[in-house]
Amino acid sequence: MDEALLNLLEENALSTPESLAAQLNTTPAEIKKRIKQLEKYRVILAYKAIVDDERAKRSSVKAVIEVRVTPEREGGFDRLAHRIAQYREVHSCFLMSGGFDLLVFIEGKTLQEVAGFVSEKLSTLPGVISTATHFNLKTYKQQGVLREAVVNEERLKVSP
Amino acid sequence: MHLPVSSVPKTKQPDFIADHVRAIPRSGIRDFFEIVQSMEGVISLGIGEPDFVTPWHIREAAIYALERGKTGYTSNLGLLKLREEIARYVNENYSLGYDPANEVLVTVGVSEGLDLALRAVLNPGDEVIYHEPCYVSYSPSIALAHGRAVAVSTREEDEFKLRPEALRAAITPRSKALLLNFPTNPTGAVLLKSELDEIAAICREHNLLVITDEIYSELSYAEAHTSIASLPGMRERTIFLHGFSKAFAMTGFRVGYACAPAPLIDAMMRIHQYGILCAPIVSQEAAVEALRHGRNDMLEMREQYRRRRNLLLHAFRNMGLPCFEPRGAFYLFPSIKSTGLSSHDFAIGLLKQEQVAVVPGTAFGPGGEGYVRCSYATALDQLEIAARRMAKFVGRK
Repeated sequence: MDEALLNLLEENALSTPESLAAQLNTTPAEIKKRIKQLEKYRVILAYKAIVDDERAKRSSVKAVIEVRVTPEREGGFDRLAHRIAQYREVHSCFLMSGGFDLLVFIEGKTLQEVAGFVSEKLSTLPGVISTATHFNLKTYKQQGVLREAVVNEERLKVSP
Repeated sequence: MHLPVSSVPKTKQPDFIADHVRAIPRSGIRDFFEIVQSMEGVISLGIGEPDFVTPWHIREAAIYALERGKTGYTSNLGLLKLREEIARYVNENYSLGYDPANEVLVTVGVSEGLDLALRAVLNPGDEVIYHEPCYVSYSPSIALAHGRAVAVSTREEDEFKLRPEALRAAITPRSKALLLNFPTNPTGAVLLKSELDEIAAICREHNLLVITDEIYSELSYAEAHTSIASLPGMRERTIFLHGFSKAFAMTGFRVGYACAPAPLIDAMMRIHQYGILCAPIVSQEAAVEALRHGRNDMLEMREQYRRRRNLLLHAFRNMGLPCFEPRGAFYLFPSIKSTGLSSHDFAIGLLKQEQVAVVPGTAFGPGGEGYVRCSYATALDQLEIAARRMAKFVGRK
């Protein structure tokens, strides 16, 4: 049941316990209890809105940075990854296979802010060998949501 | 631009229409459709097609087919690679073995497949038994093929299953075929293997051909689906009809298929080659992609339908409308008898007062009186609003 519940919450975190219970054939009380547990054990980390910056008329600068680092004896990549991940500018941070080690998604208000973060904070961290920064030019889909919804306008209202 | 027609002098229109066509009643759904279409702000639970847009990779395959210049006719039977995929698919999922060379015919949806099957086997006056409430086209299609439609009513207390005794009672010396549709539109009924065994035995005993429309078979929520064609002694007397519309959300592509022993497929193909020639090639290319790579999309859509079904079923029971728990397809068929309204008045009242469209059960045969069909192929948030409005409407009765 937890898996189905998580899938539903990932689709719409605002679903009410009543609606979730009806869909999963259980009671609202049981749903509330399960959600509390999932939150407590940090299976559910947070609930957030997915916002279209352009429509919100909000200027922001987003970039993806490929980071090569020297793994440490004892701890490998984890300690440095944690240090990087804690910066407010960092939205996501992943360890990757391939030609670089960490993939860091960052966001700032201005180009200067992002550039400053890379040159002053990220690059200077002990263990960071190199960075390659790619700026986001346009967003088509984020977190599984298309910017332009695909809808069939001509769908008949009644059909057999 | 519309030219004025008023200046054309009106003369009496001679009547050229054939008797058996004139005898076909207007679809009950059609009348209702006109009213709904003229209204604003309606949430429709009256739609017999998936609300999902065809999965992108399938649409992309259709686009790619056009880019490669795939714009010609195909073999009358359909693209060989599609027939091979169909043979593989029905073998893996229905335990049915058909030869793609001469036992599979690609049709323009199950609608065409059904029409071909009936026209290929019926002599004038032959009787075709079918269960009702049922899809709107069965009785007219039989009549158009000069057959006689013999309806067997299914009842809520039997979970809308076709009962062996009821089938037996309908058989006469003119009975030629039995038309099955499980999971059923509009009730969501299914037949389990043991129940199909009994039906199959009767068909063998009375030498009936079975035409089985299994368009909703992927959308089975409880038990695994069994095709009657897979039962002993049934392959030789069954025409298996299926398509892509429901499972892969491909209604507008108009592509389906028939599987049957070679002599039956050959007879159907003779009608198809002159009437249709072949199903559209772009749709056939898309269908290949659906069978090769569409399984996960299908499973995901089924899961969503299942949750919506639960939600709406729960809502109906809460508002005091008894409702059989459908095991397949994407319809609920609640009883509205407690409101004291006829199906038609309930549907019209609900539409006018609360702007929710449902289809009167009578559109699916006289046995549908006292019921309405509610499709849950509609987004969840819309279903929730519709359920609240319906509860308000039912509460006032």
